[in-house]
Amino acid sequence: MKSYTKAAIAVTAALVMALTACGRGEDSGSGGGGGKGDLDIALVSKGFQHQFWQAVKSGAEEKAKELGVTMTFDGPASETEVDSQLQMLQAAIERQPDAIGYAALDPEACVPLLDQAKQADIPVVEFDAGCNSKVPVTICKTDSKVAGALAADHMAQLMGKKGKVAIVGHSQINSTGVERRDGFVEKMKSDYPDIQIVDIQYGDGDHLKSADIAKAMIAANPDLGGLYGTNEGSAIGIVDAVNELKLPAGKLTIVGFDSGQAQIDAINNGVMAGAITQDPMAIGRCTLESAVKATKGEKMDAVQDTGSFWYDKSNVSSDEIQPKLYK
Amino acid sequence: MTTPRAEDLADARTQSPPAEAVAVGGGGRGGRFAALGQGLQQLLAFGTLIALMIIFFIASPKFLTITNISSILLSTAVIGILAVGTTFVIITGGIDLSLGTAMTLCSVVVGLLLSNAGLPLPVGILGGLAMGALIGFINGFNVAILGLPPFIATLSMMLVCQGLALVLSGVKPIYFTGVEGFSKIALGEIIPRIPNAVLILFALALVAGIILRKTILGRMTYAIGSNEEATRLSGINTRRWVLAIYTLAGVATGIAGIVLAARLNSAQPQLGVGYELQAIAAVIIGGTSLLGGRGSILGTIIGALIMSVLINGLRILAIQTEWQTVVVGLVVLVAVFADNLRKRRAEGGGRH
Repeated sequence: MKSYTKAAIAVTAALVMALTACGRGEDSGSGGGGGKGDLDIALVSKGFQHQFWQAVKSGAEEKAKELGVTMTFDGPASETEVDSQLQMLQAAIERQPDAIGYAALDPEACVPLLDQAKQADIPVVEFDAGCNSKVPVTICKTDSKVAGALAADHMAQLMGKKGKVAIVGHSQINSTGVERRDGFVEKMKSDYPDIQIVDIQYGDGDHLKSADIAKAMIAANPDLGGLYGTNEGSAIGIVDAVNELKLPAGKLTIVGFDSGQAQIDAINNGVMAGAITQDPMAIGRCTLESAVKATKGEKMDAVQDTGSFWYDKSNVSSDEIQPKLYK
Repeated sequence: MTTPRAEDLADARTQSPPAEAVAVGGGGRGGRFAALGQGLQQLLAFGTLIALMIIFFIASPKFLTITNISSILLSTAVIGILAVGTTFVIITGGIDLSLGTAMTLCSVVVGLLLSNAGLPLPVGILGGLAMGALIGFINGFNVAILGLPPFIATLSMMLVCQGLALVLSGVKPIYFTGVEGFSKIALGEIIPRIPNAVLILFALALVAGIILRKTILGRMTYAIGSNEEATRLSGINTRRWVLAIYTLAGVATGIAGIVLAARLNSAQPQLGVGYELQAIAAVIIGGTSLLGGRGSILGTIIGALIMSVLINGLRILAIQTEWQTVVVGLVVLVAVFADNLRKRRAEGGGRH
């Protein structure tokens, strides 16, 4: 009897938690216009938590309103949940929308599902990261190699085209991590022979881990001239390391990636030289517009680069950069 | 393990001085053997730590600088605090997988209280500690009262905390930029060159060490881990003690959350997954047995230091991140193997 009561309490508590969680989840699910006869576009993202995905979502919603279509935006809780993202894609296909926009977490796992979408006659466009499939008609993304090269150009100029640099990466697997690194490394090798890349390590975008990595790099290379962080967490880790070591601002040339309040602050107070930002709202707008075009069978470029932009103290509050900063 | 005699049990029930009753589990030849084994394991761990430092120093003179030692100590703080708290749980034979995300949830709560609500610093700190205690209490309740296996109970809690941290923070980092003196909690230096986070770790370790060795709570922790059934039969309300132990570990998690937030000057809601495994690894490297009944705070601190010295040294030598992970994994494996070996020998000795 007693254990029944306990079990009942536990189950009730779990249900209450689950219900409240659902209640919160629903309002984030859909947005954009309504009404019958509208096109229905399903976007399946790599995530929804990060401000970046929120910006992609609001760009897409803006476009959806403008074009008068209905859209949904879904994504897993973390960018490692390949499986739960595939279930979301499956659910999207079963809903039979007019088009699907998809950002692949894993380039292989998505292949059979995209074939399924093709069989169901649902056109697919991709955003941010592609799937190794011929089904999608286009992809809207930041060309990460171009962005990495842009970071290298600015760092080299700031360092007088010579010196030692190290990289704190956020992933050695994930395509953005690999391409932002490769774009940077290749540019340095080809255009700036007097710049030496002494070390590349990965902190998974974890602020704490990245800070400890940067501190070890600085300890190991007393003559280090620059540090490049390939995403928000890596870049802030570098800034934290420099602050913890009490190095004077500007002693090291720090170049970051993405934008967030902490990076903007670091740029404004001189600890960080500058960073590369993307245009997530443009990714959202491009994705939705391409999805609508795809329903009409219009031809599009296979890759649509939505651009990457250098920002520093001088232009951080400019009209060109402000809308591209996702905090 | 000696079986409690009937008179002992009767005594324990009538007089019920818990300390006496638990002596049944801790005393005798077996106890001395265990103590000897424990000392040996600690010595072994300490020797490993020194050997590692010598190896890295020979490999790179940049390893043993004051700045780098300070960096190593600071990088030990968060994992070390988690490890000290969870040492109690592991000695009872339990496990806590919710450590990492619970820590994150605590840091988010501190952020809400200080940055969003603008409450005074002590309120934020107490809030973080209270959140930690609450999570620990719920874990303890699920394990001790509902009888759920610790692995599953804390796995669920890990997910609940991860989700709640995201919901409460609105999936955004909370910055402490406007909170005067908050980052000083971790990065201030009351003693020059030693960040406060490190002092907090050592102070906590000292208190935890005293609790574990000198108080009834500590003796209960060992007794429950050695043989929960026998302890219960001695007339002790083991459930209440398990509840208290998990709550205490939760408070340590709260402290870790505060130190983490202070070091990053922000609460990062997506952080924390995987930290529990690092903390548990530090505990195991330090000679605490996953089967319960054996372990020490000193060992845990040495274990946490081994982990961070190892990782820092490999980073100084610019070893690839992938290989760093492999090496840490192997060290944990060796530690568990050594524990297993020692245990088998102790059991063999007991039978003769």
